[in-house]
Amino acid sequence: MKTRSKLLSAPYTVWMTIFIVLPMLLVAWFAFTDREGQFTLENILSVGQYSNVFLRSIWLGAVATLISLLMGYPLAYIISKMSEKRQSVMVMLVMLPMWMNFLLRTYAWMTLLEDNGLINAALKAFGLPGVHMINTAGAVVLGMVYNYIPYMILPLYSVLTKIDKSVIEAAEDLGANSRQVFLKVVVPMSMPGIISGVTMVFVPAVSTFIISKMLGGGANLLIGDLIDMQFLGSAYNPNLGSAISLVLMVIILICMGIMNQFDDGEPGEGGMLL
Amino acid sequence: MKKTGGRIYTFLVFLFLYAPILVLIVFSFNDTETASRTVWSGFSLKWYEKLFEDRLILEALRNTLLIAVIAAAASTVLGTVAAIGINSMKRLPQRIMMNITNFPMVNPEIVTGVSLMLLFVFAVGLFGGRSLGMGSLITAHITFCLPYVILSVLPKLRQMDPNLYEAAQDLGCPPVQAFFKVVLPEILPGVVTGMIMAFTLSIDDFVISYFTSGTTQTLPIYIYSMTRKRVSPEINALSTVLFAVVMALLIVINVRQSRAQKAAKEDA
Repeated sequence: MKTRSKLLSAPYTVWMTIFIVLPMLLVAWFAFTDREGQFTLENILSVGQYSNVFLRSIWLGAVATLISLLMGYPLAYIISKMSEKRQSVMVMLVMLPMWMNFLLRTYAWMTLLEDNGLINAALKAFGLPGVHMINTAGAVVLGMVYNYIPYMILPLYSVLTKIDKSVIEAAEDLGANSRQVFLKVVVPMSMPGIISGVTMVFVPAVSTFIISKMLGGGANLLIGDLIDMQFLGSAYNPNLGSAISLVLMVIILICMGIMNQFDDGEPGEGGMLL
Repeated sequence: MKKTGGRIYTFLVFLFLYAPILVLIVFSFNDTETASRTVWSGFSLKWYEKLFEDRLILEALRNTLLIAVIAAAASTVLGTVAAIGINSMKRLPQRIMMNITNFPMVNPEIVTGVSLMLLFVFAVGLFGGRSLGMGSLITAHITFCLPYVILSVLPKLRQMDPNLYEAAQDLGCPPVQAFFKVVLPEILPGVVTGMIMAFTLSIDDFVISYFTSGTTQTLPIYIYSMTRKRVSPEINALSTVLFAVVMALLIVINVRQSRAQKAAKEDA
């Protein structure tokens, strides 16, 4: 019976081989060939020309991740201290915006940040000078934080609620003040949540392409936009696009490897809440 | 003092999360010509009228729902069966399968999107047939939904007592019947969760659809083209409708859950 039930996963194995493994091999194939199908390193080498785009993506993604962490941690902590009934309401309120398509959420910020948008209209009403916000790097970071902060809050919350209260009490009994309790007990114990939160914000933030298009204008091109341009845009060149995708994947793998170094807790913990 | 600080902070974060959505909703009722998104000139429902007359939107909605239903059903069946197989594997093959399952969840969506696009274009070049459209969209959606189904079914299988299935067989139950009568009821919550996740992920997906749709419109793709081309409060009306639907669904789910919990408590 065991051998027969093992066969049950065969259709899935075939499916994933065709639609996950094979496409990845195709990306690699395209990255190392030219238009005629000849082997070449040119695509990979010319990715170097776009190093400024890569650096900008990583930088903006890192800033957005850090802001999400600094903003999300206190909220997750506050929620974890609430009564059980209020906790579930709060978690639902954090998740609710995620149910709205991210294009609409980003569009909402467009109407707020525009030069004659609502924020500037409000400033003018108070007689203050307008601020140029749309099409700046700051607007892109704002869009990333807004879209991905729930992915930070939820894993943090699920780890923080699991912390045994008696551990905190023990630290207090042993004379730690509230700051020490937080820094030496709560933060280390919530490390798995921090790591999965950081990963879940950083990966989509680095590889986004719509947020930068909508809020960043043309001046804040990111890796995602670059890939988009090679496949569906004006600069049609799937070979170069594949090379960029490959480099993006490698960068993300390295980042996740670094993140996992910090995670010395048990594997599998760390609240994939969704 | 500390408590009020916490309350103010919570309020501010939620203000940040909800203010843009609120603005979007308010301006969907704005009686203005397309010129301005930000000047209030009276209450009107005209954008809703326009929305429900827009045949392209309705067609995109139909496509989105069709894809989501097919992708959710297919990935649930395929994923549940696969999870049973994976669960009975030895450690090493199981690890390999889990790595393959996790890969598309960690991989940037845009890379999954372009890789599938390359595959479909390549396959059309090789075998002929129709290029990107409903077929490629459904295939792509099944692919990115599958891991979520597997990851929600597997824990339920691990919790299940393996002797149950064998007991059923010892009592003369054929395997297929044993699955439907014994295994499925045990893992049903995981299967349903997986299906709901697959359905919502499929409805919401933009990035992978964008690369695999060709000229076929889904709702997120249509929204994208709306935000690019013209400024129209129709988008606000659409957002409001979608937000209301999601709210209603969540409230229904929550009420049902708390009722079920109450009933369970009263039974105990």
